[in-house]
Amino acid sequence: MANFGFTIKKTRSFNLSQADLRKVNKLLEEVPSYRLCIGCGGCTATCSARQFTDFDIRKVHNTFRRGQYDKLAEELRKCMLCGKCTLVCPRGVNLRSLIINMRQLLTPSNETF
Amino acid sequence: MANFHPFVVPFVLGTIGLFIICGYKYVRWIKQFDRKQQKLIKKNMFSTRIFPAIKEMFNECLLHLRITKKNWRLGYMHRSIAFGWFLLIVVGAIESRIGIKGPFHFWCAIFYRFFHHNPPINGTEVFFTQLMDLLLLYVLSGIFLAFVKKIHSRILGMKRTTKHTVMDTTVKVALWSIFPLRLLSESVTARLYANGGFLTQTLGDLFSRPVAQALELPLWSLYSLALCIFFLMLPFTRYMHIFTEVFLIYFRKLGLRDSVKMTGYTKFELSACSRCGMCIDRCPLYNTLDINDVQSVYLLRNLRNLEHHQDILAAGKNCLMCHQCAEDCPVDIDLMSIRRISRDKGDTDMADNYRYLDPVKGFNAIGRVAYFGGCMTQLTPTISESMKAIFEAAGVKYWHLDGDRAICCGRPLMQQGFNKQAADLRRKVSELISSCNATALITSCPICYNTFKHEYHLPIPVYHHTEYIDMLIHSGKLSVNKSDTTFTYHDPCDLGRGTGIYEQPREVLKAIGQLKQISAEKENSVCCGMNLGNTVLSLDQQTKLRDKSLQILTEPNPDVVVTACPMCKKAFKHGTEANVKDIAEVVASSVRNVE
Repeated sequence: MANFGFTIKKTRSFNLSQADLRKVNKLLEEVPSYRLCIGCGGCTATCSARQFTDFDIRKVHNTFRRGQYDKLAEELRKCMLCGKCTLVCPRGVNLRSLIINMRQLLTPSNETF
Repeated sequence: MANFHPFVVPFVLGTIGLFIICGYKYVRWIKQFDRKQQKLIKKNMFSTRIFPAIKEMFNECLLHLRITKKNWRLGYMHRSIAFGWFLLIVVGAIESRIGIKGPFHFWCAIFYRFFHHNPPINGTEVFFTQLMDLLLLYVLSGIFLAFVKKIHSRILGMKRTTKHTVMDTTVKVALWSIFPLRLLSESVTARLYANGGFLTQTLGDLFSRPVAQALELPLWSLYSLALCIFFLMLPFTRYMHIFTEVFLIYFRKLGLRDSVKMTGYTKFELSACSRCGMCIDRCPLYNTLDINDVQSVYLLRNLRNLEHHQDILAAGKNCLMCHQCAEDCPVDIDLMSIRRISRDKGDTDMADNYRYLDPVKGFNAIGRVAYFGGCMTQLTPTISESMKAIFEAAGVKYWHLDGDRAICCGRPLMQQGFNKQAADLRRKVSELISSCNATALITSCPICYNTFKHEYHLPIPVYHHTEYIDMLIHSGKLSVNKSDTTFTYHDPCDLGRGTGIYEQPREVLKAIGQLKQISAEKENSVCCGMNLGNTVLSLDQQTKLRDKSLQILTEPNPDVVVTACPMCKKAFKHGTEANVKDIAEVVASSVRNVE
């Protein structure tokens, strides 16, 4: 069959009431400004790492916020922590702090939950 | 036993205890040096570097020249106590060697007047007696000033002094009582045996004979006890700095530096901090935001006592890394490195990162200069455009290294304690720069510049654009128009205090307009608040810091506020009505067109 570059996405539904949100709550406690995020994607648009690879910081923190932590640690290692995302954020979310805290929450030895 | 009295026992025990505890600590720390530091010690231990080390020890541990340069009253206070006491010991030792009859014990030098009752007869003895009194007066003047500073620090030019722990305060009381007690006991003895100098004899004669007789032993015993308490508690308090600074200066002169992890050298640094509090006075976090528990003095204390793990983390995080405290530190401790050590991320930090940079190939830039804007310059494209205009006007062939895709220099990672990741990133960037064979690297970002200069070992020279523009103007390659425009210049933290570039931007600005002086410039420049070093300040707090900095910059009412850092420019841009520009922009707009 001819491939036109379109596919049907697999269903990504999940049950939010069953998600483990303890890390998320910890994150929101550490970086209160994250509550202001409107998901505009400005961070991804300016991202330096994004210019070389498919790293998508908005996707990462959105996924984290839903309690789906799989593979995020690996993904976050692509970040160079340059801080452009923090500068462009229209809501003043401290993204560098967010990334550092996510990394630490996802480190196995730092597992407190 | 001749020349012995039971009251010397506390002093003797204190002295022995002091040497045992200090010796134990120092040996343990030296064992904790990392391999590179050990190698350096073995290589340089007996080299000629020892001479400048001795000179610095004398200047700093005794004369406190660095403090004196900043604040002479404070300098006098420290010098009178340190140098005065040192001389008291040395001169006292010589005097007692000459004067004492019978067996000589080391305590005889300290309690000389008690063991030597004969009034001074010949010239030498009179000289020594008067000299010792003079030295005692010198030390007492210092103690008096320390007391004044405790009550009202502003008299001595300090806005705020350190909040000390109970231990520190106890030892301070012991230290402060040593010299008045010595004065009193010597005076009382002088009353009884007429063996005092101008100070002790005069004071002693105020006592009546029976009172003096009754007070003599208790006073000498208290003096001995005060010494004992001070000596025994010294290794566990801030006064450990007295001996540790000597070692630190020696190791530093041997070429030792902090590693990315806590080593024995760092332990020496932590203990060499006298908690004088000079790092508090000009900390922007304290001055503008009233945050008063994160300054270097407190971080170092927490790290040294290895207590309050949460406090260490919190204090370590909340710092702009603007280098101001490191500039002010009279012991010259590498405070920025220690701050980074306190932020070490340990397990979060993994090796072998940034593989995605591997396929990035450098342009073959033989004969050209490589221009590295830096991440922040991507957000302020007028700076890179101006730099290109300047290159073209000067006829310099260039290649914009990070024109379409920005690569971070690794400093933000390093500052946040991701050391392995930072090292991986630096290696990739370094390979990229080396592969392009450019003649020089020019960067617009002081953050990158500081990193290239101190963390990279590049085969080509690195310039910040202020430096490079200054070179172009001086060599005549770039001609600019001088106008009446007035400027004030903001020294970015990483460019000024970080790499010591103060004059070049000023030279450039003087060539194109009038430079106005501001109240806090060069080493004292106030951070714009956006420094990458801090990740915990809220936007609100950063804005306050920025406004403070802007207030200083706009005070003389300049036409243009000039800075040399894309980050500072971005910070200032939205905070003022005044015109904010990068130095590259003002130069580009005044380039003379050569027809």
